[in-house]
Amino acid sequence: MNIIDLTVNELQEKLKNKELTIKEITQAYVDRINEKEKDVEAFVTTLTDEALNKAEEIQKKIDEGEINGDLAGIPIGIKDNINTKGVKTTCSSKMLENFVSPYDATVMQKINSENMINLGKLNMDEFAMGSSTETSYFKTTKNPWDLNRVPGGSSGGSAAAVASGMVPWALGSDTGGSIRQPASFCGVVGLKPTYGLVSRYGLVAFASSLDQIGPITKDVKDAAILLNLIAGYDEKDTTSVNMEKKDYVKALTGDVKGLKIGVPKEFFGEGINEEVKNSLKEAINKYKELGAEVEEFSLNVAEYALATYYIIACAEASSNLGRFDGIRYTYRTSEFKDLKELFKKSRSEGFGDEVKRRIILGTYVLSSGYYDAYYKKAQKVRTMVMNEFNKGFEKYDVILTPTSPTVAFGIGEKSGNPLEMYLADICTVSINIAGVPGISIPCGVDSNGMPIGMQIVGNKFEEEKILNVAYTLEKEIKFREKYKPEFKK
Amino acid sequence: MKVSKEELLHIANLAQLNLKEEEIGNYLQNLEEILNFANIVNNAPVDELDITIGANEAKNVFRKDEVKVFEDNEALLANAVSKELNMFKIPKVIQ
Amino acid sequence: MSREEYESVIGLEVHAELSTKTKIFCSCPTKFGASPNTQTCPICMAMPGTLPVLNEKVVEYAVKAGLATNCTISKDSKNDRKNYYYPDLPKSYQISQYDKPLCENGYIEIDTKNGKKKIRILRIHIEEDAGKLNHDDFGGGSLVDLNRAGVPLIEIVSEPDISSSEEAEAYLRKLKAILEYIEVSDCKMQEGSYRADVNVSVKKKTDEKLGTRTEMKNMNSFRSITRGIDYEIDRQIDLLEDGKQVEQQSLRWDDVSGKTFSMRDKEDAQDYRYFPDPDLVAIRLSNEYVENIRKNLPELPEKRRERYLNEYKMTEKETDIIVSSKYLSDLFEEAADICKNRKAVSNWIISDISRILNEKELEPADIPFTAEQLAHLVMIIDKGTISSSIGKKVLEELFENPREPEDIVKEKGWVQISDEGEIKKIVAEILANNQQSVSDYKAGKDKALGFLVGQAMKATKGKANPQLLNKLFIEELKK
Repeated sequence: MNIIDLTVNELQEKLKNKELTIKEITQAYVDRINEKEKDVEAFVTTLTDEALNKAEEIQKKIDEGEINGDLAGIPIGIKDNINTKGVKTTCSSKMLENFVSPYDATVMQKINSENMINLGKLNMDEFAMGSSTETSYFKTTKNPWDLNRVPGGSSGGSAAAVASGMVPWALGSDTGGSIRQPASFCGVVGLKPTYGLVSRYGLVAFASSLDQIGPITKDVKDAAILLNLIAGYDEKDTTSVNMEKKDYVKALTGDVKGLKIGVPKEFFGEGINEEVKNSLKEAINKYKELGAEVEEFSLNVAEYALATYYIIACAEASSNLGRFDGIRYTYRTSEFKDLKELFKKSRSEGFGDEVKRRIILGTYVLSSGYYDAYYKKAQKVRTMVMNEFNKGFEKYDVILTPTSPTVAFGIGEKSGNPLEMYLADICTVSINIAGVPGISIPCGVDSNGMPIGMQIVGNKFEEEKILNVAYTLEKEIKFREKYKPEFKK
Repeated sequence: MKVSKEELLHIANLAQLNLKEEEIGNYLQNLEEILNFANIVNNAPVDELDITIGANEAKNVFRKDEVKVFEDNEALLANAVSKELNMFKIPKVIQ
Repeated sequence: MSREEYESVIGLEVHAELSTKTKIFCSCPTKFGASPNTQTCPICMAMPGTLPVLNEKVVEYAVKAGLATNCTISKDSKNDRKNYYYPDLPKSYQISQYDKPLCENGYIEIDTKNGKKKIRILRIHIEEDAGKLNHDDFGGGSLVDLNRAGVPLIEIVSEPDISSSEEAEAYLRKLKAILEYIEVSDCKMQEGSYRADVNVSVKKKTDEKLGTRTEMKNMNSFRSITRGIDYEIDRQIDLLEDGKQVEQQSLRWDDVSGKTFSMRDKEDAQDYRYFPDPDLVAIRLSNEYVENIRKNLPELPEKRRERYLNEYKMTEKETDIIVSSKYLSDLFEEAADICKNRKAVSNWIISDISRILNEKELEPADIPFTAEQLAHLVMIIDKGTISSSIGKKVLEELFENPREPEDIVKEKGWVQISDEGEIKKIVAEILANNQQSVSDYKAGKDKALGFLVGQAMKATKGKANPQLLNKLFIEELKK
């Protein structure tokens, strides 16, 4: 038995049966980090020593009957834009290179109160702006399936760490696909919850009306377990929704008979790679065999949504990133003659290229003379996208699309062309614009052995449905048993 | 969508960013390309629609007016590059 | 061309700090004068990842202010971000309200030399205050204190209906009284919790079009505001008379030189890029909510004024002085209730108390003694324990070191001499030493009596009962 190949639900089983101890588990992950991190570079900060001490401490408390719970002692990795008290939270930016947070994000409070073990903070595109993790100030994370390719982004560190077995699961954040696309590129499961299901308090804001924290895991059941922990109303986030708690694990019945699946033809058009399409078609056939009713329909929102996404996300970001001004806790330029220079030099030196590009775009679309033509129009298009999704969900339980038009691309392949990089988000952004949940699961590999991801989209707060639809296919195709990352150099 | 250099510099100034002379061309080109793409929104059939601000339709979410003191005051200034008398130090500002 | 051919158009944007216990978007306390950065948390310091949650009292207080100024309360409101960079603004945006303020289209009435005048209120919106910059005396820098960052404000924007500095002052005083009466702001001007931006423009009376306006920022005393307005009107007329243009700009009024100065660099054209704050949800107040607040609105100054005039039959002059401040008015009612001598309490307030407040440059809310103590002062005068001239000394003492008036009187030995035997002795002594006045009186010069009484008061340090003195002098002189 190789500990790092087990899912969390398998680890829980073995802990319960006393086949494994918390210390053994943590040690296995620390060893794996020591072995693979130099190739994959998924972490900004590793907390291996702290994790081993914590494991010891928790083991003792469990032995003394002080604490119990299914999640006690389970390790996790955290995307580096989620605030962790006393630990650096850098957003992979020079701007926050030395920032030690004075508080814990609400999701971290939940993780800590379960006595879980934080193995470290995971690399990402700077301030979550990117689709490849190449915009990180510190390092470019590599795809564990092929180290010459990107892991996707922005939660590339999280997905790569899970795929390479350096963490059993991780938290990511998703503004336009930042959980689902890297999950797809790295052959793991990634869930973006309904906007408002998980508290954003403590998640460094990129685009406030789109950001959600979500799990990146080895299998669907783990995603349900982690969602059970992090979902729920938080009085510190007024956009979080006050509703009854659900048990997402219970929803995993493995039965999709009679379920109505809509397949939007616009998401299978010319921009989508043929191998991706074929893999999806196989999955669709599987669902038919399993008794689901599959129907093609028209959901003509992708391009509108992508344009809207870049307008709204950049507008909000241009304002959200204003607080990084060189005054209180960020990088400050070393030489300045007055306040204006302090602001401008600190920001110009502290932010990377892509972040500056988006701040400029966002400032532009909000500036007088352009507000109506871009920002306000985009808000109306957002309404249209929501309406279109609503119409879809009147007919279908879930909607099925590719997660990304392609498999993971090569490092450096798109970093020179921002627009091309943005177009890679075409399948995922409309889900954030509509505020609905989406999950990406691996459904096959291409001819180079690179994983292909399938996205299942549900109506608001219908995570149970998409998790069960994902779970049912996962059981059928047994992706994890058939394929493993090879760390191809 | 044509953006002039002056316009770009005005926007950068609003955002408190300096752009180096050699970067300007690149930023201009990127901005124009992205704006051209983003212009799709102006073809969308949305004249009759209301705007959407967030994906959450909740209203009136308020807090009680009750004091909660943040205990770890020291941590709030711990990251400051320059401070004095428990305040953040900045260049002299004449108000 | 003469000045009479011009008229001035003035609009005021008043910022009033709301007297909530906590800040507008976080649970930090709002007490004035705490040591730097001790009333802060990750939210008001704009730490990455933090989110605002709106204080329900802020909404309630703003609605109260709107109802008290005859505004329509919006059924559909929201918060917007106003983006600009300044070191006292930690998020680099201020959460304010742009196109959907909580209250709109109200008015208040002021008294002018031409009678009553309605000043329309365009809007009232909620927003957060900024922090404070302190000067560093040692290293030539500035220091940022964020205790005030996030303290709730309402901004009350008037229409440009005001045409002189006197009207501006009347408006500001009236508005201040209203906010105090409904208890949403303590309006302490020295602490900056009631301050105004003043827009001034001038035009020829024959012109339709408004002139270019200038804005004096952050004025926090009635005196600076009236001086500033008068100065700006003069300056602008001078410019126009010289054939020059008035430039639209923000100005800083300097009290020492009595002049205005331009505030911002011209290169920095402002563009605040307002947009709806996606961190906060919409505000949709129900009719019940608004009506409930309306029902529970305290008595407004206008109402109280009517009551004083009609029920209490007080004069307009005394009513206006007392009603101008909720604190004075409450003091008046409470004290009058205890001592049952409304007239006396009113006299104390409009004369000596007002004079001392003026001399000491205090606001009514700073009065250190209680209504009970004032009532007791009135009562010991009525009882004859002290004379009213001693009463004035007791009042001074109440301002210095407030305690029970009876204790003050005892301690200081100020008890009135009302013993007839004792007074007779004094009268005899004064008469013996002032033969000239006695002759004058007997020769028909009544004034001499006043002089004699005065001498007796002087001799007793004001403690002799004046009525008794008068009576006994006349008796003696008539012998």
